[in-house]
Amino acid sequence: MTQQLRTTLPTRGLALRGIAADSPARPVFMALGVMLILGWALFAFDGGQFFDESNIVGIQQRSAALGIVAVGQTLAILAGSLDLSVAFLMSLSSLVAAETMAQYGVLPAIGAVLAVSALTGFVNGFAITTLKVHAFIATLGVSLIIKGILEYRYDGPAGRVPESFQHLGYDRVGPVPVSALLWLAIAAAAWFVLRRTPLGYRIYAVGGGPEVARLSGVRTDRVIVATHVLCSLTAGVAGLLLAARLGAGAPTVGTDGGYDLESIAAVVLGGTALAGGKGGVAGTVGGVLLLAVLDSVFNQLEIDSFAKDVVRGVVLVAALAIYARRRLAR
Amino acid sequence: MTGICKSFPGARVLTDVDLDVERGEVHALIGENGAGKSTLMKILAGVHTPDEGTIALDGRTVSFKHPTDAQRAGVSIIYQELTLLPERTVAENVFLGREPKRRGLVDRAAMETATGRLLDELGEASFGPRDLVRRLSVAQQQVVEIVKALSVDARIVVMDEPTAALAESEVELLYRLVRRLSERGVAVLYISHRLREIFELADRVTVLKDGAKVTTLPIGELTTAGLVRLMVGRELTDYYPARATRPPGDVLLAVRGGGNDTLDGIDLELRAGEIVGLAGLQGAGRTELAKALFGAEPFTRGEMTPRRPGSVRDGIAAGIGLVTEDRKSEGLALHQSVRDNALLVARARRGRVGTPVLDLLKRVRLAPPSPEKEVRYLSGGNQQKVVLAKWLTVAPNVLLFDEPTRGVDVGAKAAIHELVRELAEDGMAVLMISSELPELIGMSDRVVVLRDGRIAGHLPADSSEEAVMHLAAGS
Amino acid sequence: MRRNLPILGVLAVLLVAIAIANPFFLEPEGFLAFVKRAAPLAILAAGQYFVIVSGEFDLSVGSLVTAEVVIAARLIDGDPGATWPVVLLLLAFGALIGLVNGMVTTLLKVPSFIVTLGMLLILSGAVFLWTGGSPRGALSEEFRQFGRGSLGPVPWSVLILVAAVAAVIALMRSDFGRTLLAAGDNPVAARLSGVRVLRVKTTAFVLSGLSAAVCAVLLGGFAGVSAKVGEGLEFQAITAVVLGGVALGGGRGSAVAAIAGAFTLQALFTLLNLYGISGALEFTVQGLILVLAVALGSVQFPRRAKSASTTA
Repeated sequence: MTQQLRTTLPTRGLALRGIAADSPARPVFMALGVMLILGWALFAFDGGQFFDESNIVGIQQRSAALGIVAVGQTLAILAGSLDLSVAFLMSLSSLVAAETMAQYGVLPAIGAVLAVSALTGFVNGFAITTLKVHAFIATLGVSLIIKGILEYRYDGPAGRVPESFQHLGYDRVGPVPVSALLWLAIAAAAWFVLRRTPLGYRIYAVGGGPEVARLSGVRTDRVIVATHVLCSLTAGVAGLLLAARLGAGAPTVGTDGGYDLESIAAVVLGGTALAGGKGGVAGTVGGVLLLAVLDSVFNQLEIDSFAKDVVRGVVLVAALAIYARRRLAR
Repeated sequence: MTGICKSFPGARVLTDVDLDVERGEVHALIGENGAGKSTLMKILAGVHTPDEGTIALDGRTVSFKHPTDAQRAGVSIIYQELTLLPERTVAENVFLGREPKRRGLVDRAAMETATGRLLDELGEASFGPRDLVRRLSVAQQQVVEIVKALSVDARIVVMDEPTAALAESEVELLYRLVRRLSERGVAVLYISHRLREIFELADRVTVLKDGAKVTTLPIGELTTAGLVRLMVGRELTDYYPARATRPPGDVLLAVRGGGNDTLDGIDLELRAGEIVGLAGLQGAGRTELAKALFGAEPFTRGEMTPRRPGSVRDGIAAGIGLVTEDRKSEGLALHQSVRDNALLVARARRGRVGTPVLDLLKRVRLAPPSPEKEVRYLSGGNQQKVVLAKWLTVAPNVLLFDEPTRGVDVGAKAAIHELVRELAEDGMAVLMISSELPELIGMSDRVVVLRDGRIAGHLPADSSEEAVMHLAAGS
Repeated sequence: MRRNLPILGVLAVLLVAIAIANPFFLEPEGFLAFVKRAAPLAILAAGQYFVIVSGEFDLSVGSLVTAEVVIAARLIDGDPGATWPVVLLLLAFGALIGLVNGMVTTLLKVPSFIVTLGMLLILSGAVFLWTGGSPRGALSEEFRQFGRGSLGPVPWSVLILVAAVAAVIALMRSDFGRTLLAAGDNPVAARLSGVRVLRVKTTAFVLSGLSAAVCAVLLGGFAGVSAKVGEGLEFQAITAVVLGGVALGGGRGSAVAAIAGAFTLQALFTLLNLYGISGALEFTVQGLILVLAVALGSVQFPRRAKSASTTA
């Protein structure tokens, strides 16, 4: 399939080439296309407008926070790791943001959030590399640590986000919310890192074959630590976004959204191998959008919110089963 | 390298080893398994740091703390297991860990051009820099490894058993590449178990034994027998056990017109008491044939007695056993004990084992016969004996051996040869695949040659290597 | 046995610490109360052990426990006569979910992490869809006996735990257990030795589903009906198994150690309570200990020196 693709590549645009290089991502975009058509048909049948502004904006808004953290999760999974601590870190970030903003203003708050999340990422990476703890356990442990801190310090929402910062949560440029632009920017940055920088190459190498990477002179530990710092930073940014939405920080905002497992689901839905070394950001964006479109269709059909979980579970497993077929077919 | 010493917790691996390699020289490093070759090499590569001793390049003392240090100094290693990333392109693999940069970003174009140029230089046109490694054959991947070594302007290239995964024809290509390297003034340190290659390629030979250097000699001053004596400290006058004493007995396995995706028109009979050698180039379908007979990759056409197996369990139930090519990935559960591995086949059949495990281990000459030890701590030879024990628990009629002595040191090799012959003498039918023609010819009562998934011909015992190659290559 | 030693040592130290802080713990009643509290998690960990040692994950057990309790309450609805049929139904349901997890993992070749994550979503969604958002009905007194009642001085749950542990040990010594370990360690080698790898792994998932059912019966009696009864239990079970020194990735570790890991976790909770670190920082301490214990375990592993395979 790729053989054939290569011969047709030079005639296409640069953006398409990037996505094609992420070839595992193609099925998710096909599925997304199908879902959009289905959604449009359903809405039309139902008397609604799928492509009307409020629905489009809604989809993007719902996607933004998950999308941002899923980009970070993509990096971690590509490097052969994974991060279960993002949900609690998002809660913590929202609180740190809201409290610091109330006292010191917006910029110090952003700085504080980035510092806290970078530190968390470093701890995750340190536990995995230096202490040699399996990533699942290390990040689970770190999430318990954060959970304890949250329960110890907060009973409920805290801090206050000034109006000026709430624009991040609600403003939009035409039909595109600022939050979606932020997501897009972060996804583009991650794509650029993966495709063009030495770090990106090393992330694929460490995920694809840690021993191979090491023997080729890649300092694998540093790569894993760097990846986890980046992943946690995206969780921090997502936390900032949630704080802007809520107008305050909340200790359960991350876990209520199920961002830990959902971000992993979005990544693998986008064709990135759970074992690492294969996949990319483009697929993840597709995966997140697919989940969001699914949600929007359910909302339109006024299906019980619990049914959404059921369908999500089925979609996730079915998608992975299809990927497994493709892998076997080769 | 002078006075290199290295210990790992619990074992001293290298004692006071000196090694010098000259420009443009092919220097062979040989020794039995566990002699310390790989450790010495990894020290040179910066993977391990020596406890004592120094390394000097062009007279300057260097110390490698990380593989990158060694690479920068011009030392390049081609490991036994290929070290490539299947999901990345050839160019990305060649420049892994030291991608060319422009303004801090990876310069893809430069990377691909450089890789393409090196491929041209080696006369390799069957694939390009942008192909995914996953799609290449083993031999092509080896070329990528060599390109990788060349791309760093290596002055020393270390090759660890580079032919282990290659077929005879591909070995010739490798010889050419090695010679081309040495013509360019690159020093090649060549590690191999195969003595023939060493006589073919090397200028000088260094022999290691039990972590110490025995000697370094120019190849002209050595004979095969002398080299073996230096390695094992004894003369192995008779490499192979005597042939079958009785004429072959009943037909225990017969195929007529067997075929599947890779095989076609296979007619084959295996009789009690005989060892049949299966020869062929890499890709001729030797392993595939063994797996088809066993039921792991079943025949889809043709007739077979006993009944054509559709699965591994059918094969085992029909009394067929397969000693796989790759012990570690296909033969053993490395973290389980010797006992658990030895009993695995019997347990999977829920059958009771007649002989006590200990007797079984003694029968396969496992030394020491400690059933509670995890098999990952055993040497390659002992691991192979555990695989054998695993099959003996169910007393198969037919035993298929795929490269039974690959990666096994000379001493254990002889023990395995004796065992195989003993099993045949006890009335088993044995099929044996080996890429080492002297071994194949030395062991077999007759030889079947495969070519492109079909049987190219049959040869009697003691045929010449040329005769086998002639059939295998179809020339 | 030698491999169980680290976790048994840690457990012993924790138990002594509890006894010092609370002498009642040394009396049979006090100790049995502790074992009773630990029983649900220990049983769940034993089930998870089978899955982990086969090289897979089961993230669905937490929501399965919730689902089982909610189903029990709805079906029994206070009717004592329904107790036994419903218990049997719960066991069957647990086994069925395990079977689905196992078959999707092995036959469709989807990573079990994802399969059981999907199952988690499906179960939690489906159960509340069925009950309309909040658990309805009530458990019968007979049903609750399993979790809170006792036979003479010994709680039922302790007896059930003892039976479960005996069954687990017997299973791991049987052909099934040995082939399960081999299949988790090296599935290819196991298959080529005639092991039915898919069946063995699927059985592991079924056992995990069954253990979740038993756990739900005990927890339902002990803690009552709530929509949060199983919350986070999957992570606790995996934590317990890993604390016991069982390697994620399969093929290594013992069942006894995994169960000891569950007791260690429970002892830790008890201890934190006794020293007044309840609630708030409990999780932090738990997280720290989890990471450090596993870190120490991994440093300890290669103590048997070097092997031929690395020096050859």
